Amino acid sequence: MFKWLDKNLPKIVLAPSLGLISWFVYGFILWTFYISFTNSKILPKYELWGVGQYVKLWKTHKWLIAVDNLLIFTVLFLVICIVIGVILAIFLDQKIRAEGVLRTIYLYPMALSFIVTGTAWKWILNPTLGIQKLFIDMGFENFTFDWLVNREMAIYTIVIAGVWQSSGFVMALFLAGLRSIEDEIVKAAKIDGAGLFTVYWKILIPMMRPVFFTSFVILVHISIKSYDLIVALTQGGPGISTTMPALFMTQTAFHKSQVGLSAASAMMMFMAVAAVIIPYLYSELRRENVS
Amino acid sequence: MVFALTPIVSFAGPKIEVLHWWTSGGEAAALKVLKDDFAANGGEWMDMPVTGGGGDAANVTLKARIVGGDPPSASQIKGPTIQEYDQEGVVAPYNIDSVAQAEGWDNLLDPMIAAVHKCQNNSGPYCAAPVNIHRIDWLWANKSVFDSNGISIPTTWDELNAAADTLKTAGIIPFAHGGQPWQDATVFEAVALGVGGNSYYKKCYVKLDENCLRSDTTIKVFDQMRKLQGYTDEGSPGRDWNVATGMVIEGKAGFQIMGDWAKGEFTAANKTPGVDYYCSSTPSDNGYLYNVDSFIFYKTDDPDKVAGQKLLAKLMMGKNFQKVFNLYKGSIPARLDVPMDEFDQCAKTSNADIKTAGAKGGLVPSFAHGMAQGNTMKAALQDVITEHFNSDMSSKDAANALADSVLQNM
Amino acid sequence: MSANTTIASYKQLEGRSKITNLLLRWFLYFILILFASYFIFPLYVMLVTAFKTMPEIRQGNLLTLPNQLNFESWIVAWGGRGYGAGDTYLRPYFWNSIKMVVPAVFFSTFIGAMTGYVLTKWRFKGDRWVFLFLLFGCFIPYQAILLPMARTLAVLGISNSILGLVVVHSVYGIPFTTLFFRNYYVSIPDELIKAARIDGAGFFKIFFKILLPISAPIIVVTVIWQFTQIWNDFLFGATFSFGKAAPIQVALNNMVLSSTSVKEYNVDMASAIIAGVPTLIVYVLAGKYFIKGLTSGAVKG
Repeated sequence: MFKWLDKNLPKIVLAPSLGLISWFVYGFILWTFYISFTNSKILPKYELWGVGQYVKLWKTHKWLIAVDNLLIFTVLFLVICIVIGVILAIFLDQKIRAEGVLRTIYLYPMALSFIVTGTAWKWILNPTLGIQKLFIDMGFENFTFDWLVNREMAIYTIVIAGVWQSSGFVMALFLAGLRSIEDEIVKAAKIDGAGLFTVYWKILIPMMRPVFFTSFVILVHISIKSYDLIVALTQGGPGISTTMPALFMTQTAFHKSQVGLSAASAMMMFMAVAAVIIPYLYSELRRENVS
Repeated sequence: MVFALTPIVSFAGPKIEVLHWWTSGGEAAALKVLKDDFAANGGEWMDMPVTGGGGDAANVTLKARIVGGDPPSASQIKGPTIQEYDQEGVVAPYNIDSVAQAEGWDNLLDPMIAAVHKCQNNSGPYCAAPVNIHRIDWLWANKSVFDSNGISIPTTWDELNAAADTLKTAGIIPFAHGGQPWQDATVFEAVALGVGGNSYYKKCYVKLDENCLRSDTTIKVFDQMRKLQGYTDEGSPGRDWNVATGMVIEGKAGFQIMGDWAKGEFTAANKTPGVDYYCSSTPSDNGYLYNVDSFIFYKTDDPDKVAGQKLLAKLMMGKNFQKVFNLYKGSIPARLDVPMDEFDQCAKTSNADIKTAGAKGGLVPSFAHGMAQGNTMKAALQDVITEHFNSDMSSKDAANALADSVLQNM
Repeated sequence: MSANTTIASYKQLEGRSKITNLLLRWFLYFILILFASYFIFPLYVMLVTAFKTMPEIRQGNLLTLPNQLNFESWIVAWGGRGYGAGDTYLRPYFWNSIKMVVPAVFFSTFIGAMTGYVLTKWRFKGDRWVFLFLLFGCFIPYQAILLPMARTLAVLGISNSILGLVVVHSVYGIPFTTLFFRNYYVSIPDELIKAARIDGAGFFKIFFKILLPISAPIIVVTVIWQFTQIWNDFLFGATFSFGKAAPIQVALNNMVLSSTSVKEYNVDMASAIIAGVPTLIVYVLAGKYFIKGLTSGAVKG
């Protein structure tokens, strides 16, 4: 008995988390899956109705816009956050004076609720109040920066504000990663005559693979759930041009009283995540085992 | 830290848990009157404020509570949505109807307003209590800007366009507008009522007639929207409504089209109607777009809560609350017998106009604020209106998109 | 910062001339400060706005300094006006959030550390799938699961309580904390564990005596993440708690996002900054442990 316990201790430790996640994630996904086949309006109903919600979803112009925006936003947000995060982490790792102060400055945007920070951003990006006005007042009369109010460009202002909020955390992840690496590895490389740039590019960055992986998950999670950011900055506007799936989902279920349609959109999101992201995650994990 | 652990003591007496989103300014001050009244009558009020998105966040909380099997005793729900909740079976057995009958609500309310608050398809027992009547089709104008440019209050949309052109030439932003979907829809319904007329509005936006929505009149309405868009400034998209009001107050812009809550901003800036600013209706044929805030009372088995619901319903429709609340909020009482002498010029105009409008067939429910349609249809209309206003979509395409969007959500 | 950073950059650059060295150093600081100003800019706008009076704000010059420092908005944000109705302010809700955040961060971090440890150092067949199974929880949009969650909490009898919020936040934190710890532990050499096992150390001893002491940087990252996520959560707070038991973000939201009444931007900005202070304190305090080699003797030994 004792031996069995000893042998299976790791699995026993794992069991509560697995149980909780099974119910709170997968159980709830199943519930959503079921509801997506009902004609639930203002509240969930349990009589089955068919695939009508999916048909309707893909005929909804706003949903198509939301999906487009999610792709644009995710790619830009991911790339820019990681680039800034890596650069800042490497630079901060050079025995910088006041590292603590700089690090806190890079991180603080995460501390503030976007409900209010969004207002500040809205002012800054608004052509009649913010940056554009600042430059015009300084004498650059033809300066324009009107992305926020431009239907085609507004999604990029959301990227600017999103990167502002999240790149500091990516920096922290990479800094933690860099500091988990043994000094000996670096010293050995230097003895071999590698330059600073080479040490980072050829040795340290490749060792950061798990950190890239973590950043990827975190950033995709943020972009899939982008809600506060958009409500605060554009409310999905101008028009409906910056609608994103999380906003669509929330509005549809709670504001438009179409719980069934909202469940269908949630299922599409889950499937997209499963189809695109899971293979990447799995291949990353495999590679890590091989190496 | 006593407050952190406030125990839920058993309390015999009227008890109420109210979900609302009136947390600041005049709204909160008005609600305070109600809370004090409630306490004075021996009741215990459990406050449950959730703001955001004009009630969207409160909707999330509400639905979670209902699904969890524990709805609040009362919440801010209005218009056709009252019927939707009734059909889900979470309102019956209509605890407040006995109060409504005893107090004679049928005689205190306009029949049209009364019907909105009756469950079972607007003809059964009372299940919600109205607290005010907002008017949507208001034109707020800076008096000195209008005067110095020789503009008088426009009585037709052509006059309004001419006035806007004059202001534009004078280098003033003619139309202060916040480009958010609900604000776009607010302006749209005022235009639809004015340009299209009363029967057009009812046919299109109350009855959702497809041919009406595709008609030339709808195209004209969208044409006027396009004109108005040309009178906004480039900072308009995404702007909060009160910032737009601020532009009128400061004289940076000529006018704004917004419901009567905008008056609160003028009052806060110490401006007087008729002296510093004009409040008049947007051009229409005795039209009046109404929006009634109300509270719905859910099913509960707890006798204390039932007592609380009854007491609250009685107080909400009380003369004193209806007066004080609306003095704060800028709207007019839903109850017809409240004396208006303490109200300002704008509220008096509103009170007189609603009677004329009622007599001449111009009293219509606002769809942008959820009185004419449930939330599904409201959003279906709003999405198209805001997309048109913020793009270069043609008026004809917009009219067809409006009809398609309605059909798709039928 | 007395810590040894990963690279002794000066040594590295010995070969080059002192001027190149200096220029590189200046460039480094230039970039760091450039980014710092991008990050600071919105805070600047918020701070000056918080110190302005409403008439000043209405004039619409968001970059100018206030005519004089007006502290009233800060006092009102924290403690209210003491009169009038709708006097919502942050103070009463502060402790609610603390009582929710501290246990939730502790549980989720601890569970994540244990799970990460098992998944990297006690590998078994299919452990990758288990990790993926947990990880998928990161991608669930919370708005989609509020209704079944409400039902679950009601059945458990913990709806409308701080305990309910602690459970919700702990559970949804697990995928993230597991991710952090697993990906940190995966780069810790297995030899350490093997050696300890040969010495007769058991499952828990290895974790507490060997792994945990070298986990400082990742604990910092995890705590920062979890603290921020839970402290700043509005959705769960507004949905599963109410009235006096609500967390601070619900109060902040109620102060800021009223529907049709007059907005006081100075109070809004002050409130947002005050509500962010605890998170900032965590960043500063936790940052001290953000250095390598604090206890890394264990690894080298």
